[in-house]
Amino acid sequence: MHAMEPVIAISNLGKIYDGGVKALDNVSLTIDKGEIFALLGPNGAGKTTLISIICGIVTPTSGTVIADGHDIIRDYKQTRSRIGLVPQELSTDAFESVLATVNFSRGLFGKTPDPAYIEQLLRDLSLWDKRKSRIRELSGGMKRRVLIAKALSHEPDILFLDEPTAGVDVELRRDMWNLVRGLRERGVTIILTTHYIEEAEEMADRVGVIRDGQIILVEETAAIMRKLGKRQLTLSLQDPMPDIPTGLDDWHLALTDEGHCLLYTFDAHEESTGIPSLLRRMSDLGIGFTDLATSQSSLEDIFVGLVSHREEEPA
Amino acid sequence: MSGINLHGVWALYRFEMARSLRTLWQSLVGPVLTTSLYFVVFGGAIGSRMQQVGGVDYGAFIVPGLIMLSLLTQSISNGSIGIYFPKFSGTIYEILSAPMSPVEIITAYVGASATKSIIIGLIILATATFFIDLDIQHPLVMIAFLVLTAVTFSLFGFIVGVWAENFEQLGFVPLLIVTPLTFLGGAFYSIDMLPSFWRSVSLFNPVVYLVSGFRWSFYGEGDVSIGLSLGITALFLFGSFAAIIWIFRTGYRLKE
Repeated sequence: MHAMEPVIAISNLGKIYDGGVKALDNVSLTIDKGEIFALLGPNGAGKTTLISIICGIVTPTSGTVIADGHDIIRDYKQTRSRIGLVPQELSTDAFESVLATVNFSRGLFGKTPDPAYIEQLLRDLSLWDKRKSRIRELSGGMKRRVLIAKALSHEPDILFLDEPTAGVDVELRRDMWNLVRGLRERGVTIILTTHYIEEAEEMADRVGVIRDGQIILVEETAAIMRKLGKRQLTLSLQDPMPDIPTGLDDWHLALTDEGHCLLYTFDAHEESTGIPSLLRRMSDLGIGFTDLATSQSSLEDIFVGLVSHREEEPA
Repeated sequence: MSGINLHGVWALYRFEMARSLRTLWQSLVGPVLTTSLYFVVFGGAIGSRMQQVGGVDYGAFIVPGLIMLSLLTQSISNGSIGIYFPKFSGTIYEILSAPMSPVEIITAYVGASATKSIIIGLIILATATFFIDLDIQHPLVMIAFLVLTAVTFSLFGFIVGVWAENFEQLGFVPLLIVTPLTFLGGAFYSIDMLPSFWRSVSLFNPVVYLVSGFRWSFYGEGDVSIGLSLGITALFLFGSFAAIIWIFRTGYRLKE
């Protein structure tokens, strides 16, 4: 459960790039203090633009953003000193050592040197042994860790992670998830964008879906799963069938695996799932099955459903 | 944080200086070697057969111009690469997202660029003493001119670095504009030696005022008055500074 105190308040934010591309269209969104918020959206939806505006990298065309009580443009020093950013691209100073570049970031954000904090940070990210290595000598995954260390070097209250686990292996992804959870426990608000919907499902308290520069849904992750999640019943048939008998039309079944399986999609939260009546009707029709299994739709299914639903809507 | 981000300025300044230290040989040896060759060729081989210019031996006459030549090219080069490289590598995101004002960012970048250029200028001056007997009449003015020129052209270099979208453009301004202007700016001659028409044309070359002022600090004589030299240099400084403030206000080629 997330706290209800807003740490970021975005109001009517718009961005039109030179050339006329509308990246953000009247976006309003509130991020609560201490929560993990996942921003989902297809490529070009406006995720990175939104983050870049809040961090000061892109200038908005319209609207306001208040971070920790301060306007990001008028009081940019106050807001930026509280914000850390891990960018999507692996942009690093290739010839610098790990320790030097992390110390540089801390200084850049106005903090006095703190060797003990930096050492702990590098140890937490398994970078301490590599502290003297030049960044260009590191693997992609290690470079990603360096970017996280740089973003955390000034002890921010708000952390933006733009596709943090893109291109990293499973082990590192798990490490990062643990790190993010640890930061949340320390009160850091985390906003992440990701293509790995599994990541949002696993970590986020709330999910926002952005498409064509507009926020189309903001919901608690658990609630969205409850509200939009579907369950699926798979019945392995005793004898394969070429078509679904007309007597089963009421259940809108699908036939898969070359006629060996029947799929029934249902809403687990509805009063009647329709399963008992389906099984009775199958028995009446003499259709036997050898096995049955149920599964729950993932956030990815929900996301794809949402986006495709919007695409089908008339303009 | 709402006051001056001194830690940020210092971090960025040190970062820029460290980048130069990594290429110390390239940063120092190149300009020193090139200038030494100028001294050997123009000061020794050719200069010994030339008359005095304005009462000064030719070898000594070209010293201020040669220092100014290096100072200009180094300041523009350092100033431009300092901001161009993070744009090129993508690390500019960190500078733009840091709690630093435009003036703080400029102070760090231009400060580091000017420091490097001044060090090179002083090394070239020291190198010159191996070839020529030098007697600097106005050492404080000389230092002031050195600093003013280094800062002014580091600012100009910063503009070039922001404007440049590739390495070719980065080299375009120093190579095709600044070097010709410097050579035609009286580094190797007094503009009094030119026909009156070309002398008048030369007065539109800003480098003339720099070289002249710098030479005045050495020998008490220049092509134009020291006040005019200082005025034109200061004008260029404020012009460059205003352009950079405009760059940060509009985000031109820095922010999308």
